[in-house]
Amino acid sequence: MPAQPFITVSGLAAAMREENIDTDIIFPARFLLITARAGLGRYAFHDRRFNAQGREVPGYVLNRPGYAAPPVIVAGANFGSGSSREQAVWALVGLGTRAVIASSFGEIFFSNCLRNGVVPIRLPEADVAVLMDAAEAGAAFTVDLEAQELRVEGQPIRKFVIAPERRLAMLNGWDETDQILNQYSDDIASFEQGQRAVQPWLYV
Amino acid sequence: MTNTRTLYEKLWDSHVIADMPGGASLIYIDRHIVHEVSSPQAFVALRESGRRLRRPDTHLSVADHAVPTRVRGGEIPDPQARAQVAELEDNVAEFGMPYAGLESAEQGIVHVIGPETGFTLPGTTIVCGDSHTTTHGAFGALAFGIGASELGTVMAAQALPQAKARTMKVELVGERHRLVSAKDIALALIARIGANGAVGHAIEYVGTAVSAMSMAERMTLCNMTIEAGSRIGLVAPDEVTFAYLNGRRLAPNGPQWTAAKAYWRTLASDPGAAYDQTVTLELAQIAPQVSWGTSPNQTLPIGAAVPDPATIADASQRREAEKAIAYMGLTPGQPLTSVAVDTVFIGSCTNGRIEDLRAAAGIVQGRKVATGVRAIVVPGSTATRAAAEAEGLDRVFLDAGFEWRFAGCSMCVAMNDDRLSPGERCASTSNRNFEGRQGPGGRTHLMSPAMAAAAAVTGHLADVREFA
Ligand code: SF4
Repeated sequence: MPAQPFITVSGLAAAMREENIDTDIIFPARFLLITARAGLGRYAFHDRRFNAQGREVPGYVLNRPGYAAPPVIVAGANFGSGSSREQAVWALVGLGTRAVIASSFGEIFFSNCLRNGVVPIRLPEADVAVLMDAAEAGAAFTVDLEAQELRVEGQPIRKFVIAPERRLAMLNGWDETDQILNQYSDDIASFEQGQRAVQPWLYV
Repeated sequence: MTNTRTLYEKLWDSHVIADMPGGASLIYIDRHIVHEVSSPQAFVALRESGRRLRRPDTHLSVADHAVPTRVRGGEIPDPQARAQVAELEDNVAEFGMPYAGLESAEQGIVHVIGPETGFTLPGTTIVCGDSHTTTHGAFGALAFGIGASELGTVMAAQALPQAKARTMKVELVGERHRLVSAKDIALALIARIGANGAVGHAIEYVGTAVSAMSMAERMTLCNMTIEAGSRIGLVAPDEVTFAYLNGRRLAPNGPQWTAAKAYWRTLASDPGAAYDQTVTLELAQIAPQVSWGTSPNQTLPIGAAVPDPATIADASQRREAEKAIAYMGLTPGQPLTSVAVDTVFIGSCTNGRIEDLRAAAGIVQGRKVATGVRAIVVPGSTATRAAAEAEGLDRVFLDAGFEWRFAGCSMCVAMNDDRLSPGERCASTSNRNFEGRQGPGGRTHLMSPAMAAAAAVTGHLADVREFA
């Protein structure tokens, strides 16, 4: 399924000053029983946003005026660690978030982001600390995937890197399965022929 | 460049279909395990694009996450869970995918039944929409978790773009205490290198202590590897691996078995092969471990006390500790053995195998679950449950006051009937102590099966070595 093409996003950034924001925090496991991928935004960070009675937790960043649908999130190290659930990314998209800035990410989460038009921006810890303060102070953030630039009000322009083929796919909203089948079908078939000769037991 | 290669590099090289522009490679996927939670959207994508499975026989599907474990058979009471399992059953029927039905003898947790059926084989690439796919690396397979969109690609193309990982050697040296398990070693490793200590790396476990481990222990080690941030944990296949696989339904047999073994023997890392990083763990120094916080690296030996954040110099670690202690309802400086538990959960893909149940039963035998403690044993698979019953382990647990359940993920993940209530504290043999993982507001302490058994019979976190 192709994602929405990504060009630039701009707006406020939600500061999540916390390390190891795992996929259970981003999308609690109990909501995994939902089999749809649309409409998951309301479950994003659910147990941080809402208390046990379902009321908004005052002071939580996403409950502050102007931050209910932040286009950008700035977070502590190891964001998205934990499970492979793609719902974590679908929930971010549902929330309106298209870029996350952190010094490190859970690896499966990272690749799930790239397949769903969410830009995971890895920056050195010191930069993230500065951007966290800027986000808290209400600075405007712009993520420009074409130029691979992060422009933050009052800050020097920062460069980031997304693997070239993923960047191209995101800019165009291409579907990865289509791309592979179009470009590599012959290579896949000849690989299978070769492997069948070496490990015939894998072909029953 | 030398021509010595690590196990990881051999597995990688033998699966590269093509190098792609930008540094990634297209990797061939030999095996795919499917469960009800992460697959629905992938089947939708397949259907919408009019595609079929490229090789139906390379998939194995099962329902494990959402299924109730109190009873088996009949209608699943929870409507959402029932719908999710029904959707999987419709999908596998439509696409012709092999399926271990809820009432079949091969049902169980994805990472338990892959090995049990012989679907998991050395030298293969294995994926699953589940991060604990690391488990299968115990067989010398390149096994990693993927997201639902990637599942769709694997179904249609049998291939995935991947970036090559760096390598980390984790060397286990020396002798361990009889009651120090693979789980303790894994937790000690994560505590040492951190929850993101191995991001970007494929870990290979080496050393005579690893060679001496059973497949169950190797699986526990590899299973927990993701909790150190690594998507891949590996152990080289050897005679222990072959003995485990011999005769399993989907393992090769006859002349193919001999040929396969010869091939699998070539996979071990070459002597002198270089790793990007090396970590050495001295096993004699590892005591039984318990986690005290909300990330698996927040783990200490059972003899320790809850840390005092005031003494932690690093500001972010201090903040993390404060947050975890508040969530867990603990007091800084409190001895871990003074922490009373409400619930004990023995099971999961980390520690739900027959060896794990035996270890727990060894402690439970002749004792009773402490008053007021709810204790459940959930075998990792239906076959494990049957094997345990044949040995009389069910009686040991039932006589002590445990509940004896049917196979499934159960209380490892709060998406079936088995959950913690807010504030409830659990001694758990699962793999994640994240906030809300076992139920909103639930408090999880990770430990080995023997340690969980000790907690069940004492009613608090306890040092299993005192039961020796
Ligand atoms: S037992 Fe837990 S970790 Fe393992 S597959 Fe099930 S939910 Fe995931």
